[in-house]
Amino acid sequence: METNYAVEMRNVTKTFGSTVANKNVSLTIKKGEILSLLGENGSGKTTIMNMLAGIYFPDSGQIFINGREESIRSPKDAFNLGIGMIHQHFKLVDIFTAAENIILGQAEGRLNKKAVRARIKEICDKYGFKIDLDKKVYNMSVSEKQTLEIIKVIYRGADILILDEPTAVLTPQETERLFNVIRNMKAAGKAVVIITHKLHEVLEISDRVTILRKGEYVGTVNTRDATEMMLTEMMVGKKVELNIDRKEPRNTVKRLEVRNLSCYNREGRLALDNISFTAMGGEILGIAGISGCGEKELLESIAGLQKTATGSVIFSDPSTGTDIELIGKSPRVIKNLGIALSFVPEDRLGMGLVGSMGMTENMMLRDYNKDGVVFVNKANPRHLAETIKEELGVVTPSINTPVSRLSGGNVQKVLVGREISSAPAVLMTAYAVRGLDINTSYSIYNLINEQKERGVAVLYVGEDLDVLLSLCDRILVLCGGKLSGIVDARTTTKEEIGLLMTKSGKTPETGEGKGETEDE
Amino acid sequence: MDSVISLIQAAVVFGTVIMFGCIGEIVSEKAGNLNLGVPGIMYIGAIASLASVFAYESHAAEPNKAVCVIIALAACFGASALAGLIYSFLTITLRANQNVTGLTLTILGSGIANFFGGSLNKMAGGVGQISVAATSSAFRTTIPGLSSLGYFGKIFFSYGFMVYVAIIIAILVNYFLKKTRTGLNLRAVGENPATADAAGVNVTRYKYFATVIGAGISGLGGVYYVMDYIKGTWANDGTIEKLGWLAVALVIFATWKSVNAIWGAYLFGVLYWAYFYIPNLTRASQELFKMIPYVVTIIVLSVVSLRKKKENQAPAHLGLPYFREER
Repeated sequence: METNYAVEMRNVTKTFGSTVANKNVSLTIKKGEILSLLGENGSGKTTIMNMLAGIYFPDSGQIFINGREESIRSPKDAFNLGIGMIHQHFKLVDIFTAAENIILGQAEGRLNKKAVRARIKEICDKYGFKIDLDKKVYNMSVSEKQTLEIIKVIYRGADILILDEPTAVLTPQETERLFNVIRNMKAAGKAVVIITHKLHEVLEISDRVTILRKGEYVGTVNTRDATEMMLTEMMVGKKVELNIDRKEPRNTVKRLEVRNLSCYNREGRLALDNISFTAMGGEILGIAGISGCGEKELLESIAGLQKTATGSVIFSDPSTGTDIELIGKSPRVIKNLGIALSFVPEDRLGMGLVGSMGMTENMMLRDYNKDGVVFVNKANPRHLAETIKEELGVVTPSINTPVSRLSGGNVQKVLVGREISSAPAVLMTAYAVRGLDINTSYSIYNLINEQKERGVAVLYVGEDLDVLLSLCDRILVLCGGKLSGIVDARTTTKEEIGLLMTKSGKTPETGEGKGETEDE
Repeated sequence: MDSVISLIQAAVVFGTVIMFGCIGEIVSEKAGNLNLGVPGIMYIGAIASLASVFAYESHAAEPNKAVCVIIALAACFGASALAGLIYSFLTITLRANQNVTGLTLTILGSGIANFFGGSLNKMAGGVGQISVAATSSAFRTTIPGLSSLGYFGKIFFSYGFMVYVAIIIAILVNYFLKKTRTGLNLRAVGENPATADAAGVNVTRYKYFATVIGAGISGLGGVYYVMDYIKGTWANDGTIEKLGWLAVALVIFATWKSVNAIWGAYLFGVLYWAYFYIPNLTRASQELFKMIPYVVTIIVLSVVSLRKKKENQAPAHLGLPYFREER
């Protein structure tokens, strides 16, 4: 039986300083099967696979490859054993061509381009890939980059493929294409591991599921015996309610009107192209699109952080009924006009909070100039921090602990709590639940729903289409900076949104490779 | 016409010093190491070669010119590479800040060189000026016959062999970086070390080799300066440091391509010496003209940055340390 396993890991432990990333994890991967590695963020699923790929070295434990005990000290060792990993943040050199990236790091000497090309073509034909070998990586779309990564790994003769969150940045259609490739690889006898936290994908593609929780091994089940409910319980460790309570919007009034908005991003590319829509108070407007489609620029334009080229953003004050133009005003001017805009940015510790400061100081960032001219008044922010800690259940040793030491979910609670505390008229959130575990995600959804019931206009940028469909009232879809449609979230389907996300035919570039700051 | 030719000759000689410094720095920077110790390394290379051939010439009854050249080059390359090794150990193994380490190396190098340079001048006795005549004349030997071909000979063949060595190295380095797998791996290390590492490239080894060999090449600028440019003497006047910084500027000017360093270096030479050939300049306005190479570098940097062509930018991971298990 033993030789049937492509990989067997026994009692593997890895610590980073005082953090235990993996504790006594044992798992097996068979040849010709697709194994899902399921777990919440921070459950150690990427870490354990990084040890197979030679990025990290285990503190203790054994690794058997094809029945033989091996010590994998570097990525090179991993290649020699036929292990290839496709990382979540692609490991590609931006200014190199596809071909150059594929041959990187292999036997030294002169380049024989013809032979290389012939071999790549052979691989592409076998598994059904399409790639332009002379295209530079910085001109590629996310899905092209992923294809390139997979070809690279197969070119090196990998029999054991590890894909870390491969579908996180893909549209439903691209995901389907990827799954077909993965099934081809399985048919070719390769062992495939998919790291993911999306349950429906697990059920769709894998043969077996191994579940990790907080760095520890929970169990392995055959996919055909598994249900979504059961996997969630194993993943979270207790029963969770996976329903979002969506109320019908009541008393909606026009709150924000965006007309013909266009802007250029830092690279001078048109990031928003003639966008017009209306956001209503008392409803959640979802914004969907492939990362880099202009969602960031849209929110930042409204918040007064992004310089716009044309167009206008009109805010209708609910109390007075007057219309105010926001374009051309800085966040401070907007605030001084008494307009309560709240913005939960994608980059929590970069734009939202100051990592080295405690909760109290972070509360002050919003209203530091409200009371006190020379000396700061700490009493009010301290009180606010205490309230948020209490009500949202922020786990922190003290409200003075630097927020960068808190886990991703708690950081997000601090930020959302602060933004909500100002009783906003418009609440904008970008990837509010990115990196959060299921429980925390649902408490964030509840907070957002509460705001909606209070009559706030919520703009929710999200990446999980299932959540967008069950949380939002309407969904605005962006594609390459253009508005490709606004759909009713109650009647639309994932496929329809997926098509809209790629509507204009051209896929937008993303800043992949630069945004490595994201916490795992 | 004569003054044009003598300007070209001055520019070529001047350019060769900074071309060596620049090519070495390109190799180092392509592997992601911003070595601001180039002036110091040129100093160390210069003084090491001067001291060793001085020792040889004063002990040998009749110094053999070939031996002189070999000693000078070997001592220079060895000492410069050693300086590069110090820098590598600090920045790659200990992950010290590259800018601080480089600047420190420059200060260290100029201190060492000027200390020993002054001492050598004293030891030489006489007029208080060291002279290694045999070595210098070997470095300054031109190809017989060719240099007397009128204007053509004067422009192309009136120089010592190091001028041609510099051009050959520039072309070889360009070929190496562009056409070989090792060169591809080296560039990947400077662009994205995590990717290179995951692809099985030994990042640490590449960085060490690139920086040490790069430092050795940079140091050759120093030996050319003492042996040919100032004819085998020594002066504590800080010229090497000035040229070293120009070499660093030339890297940017050449957009990290060593073939561009060839014409770039000569252009810098022309710009630098132009004041000498413009009649009726006051001392103050001469100083203004000497700034031109730096001004040109600023302009090039602005233009390159504005055009945003990724291939012309500095290596993406330039100046940053790499540690595989960093989270």
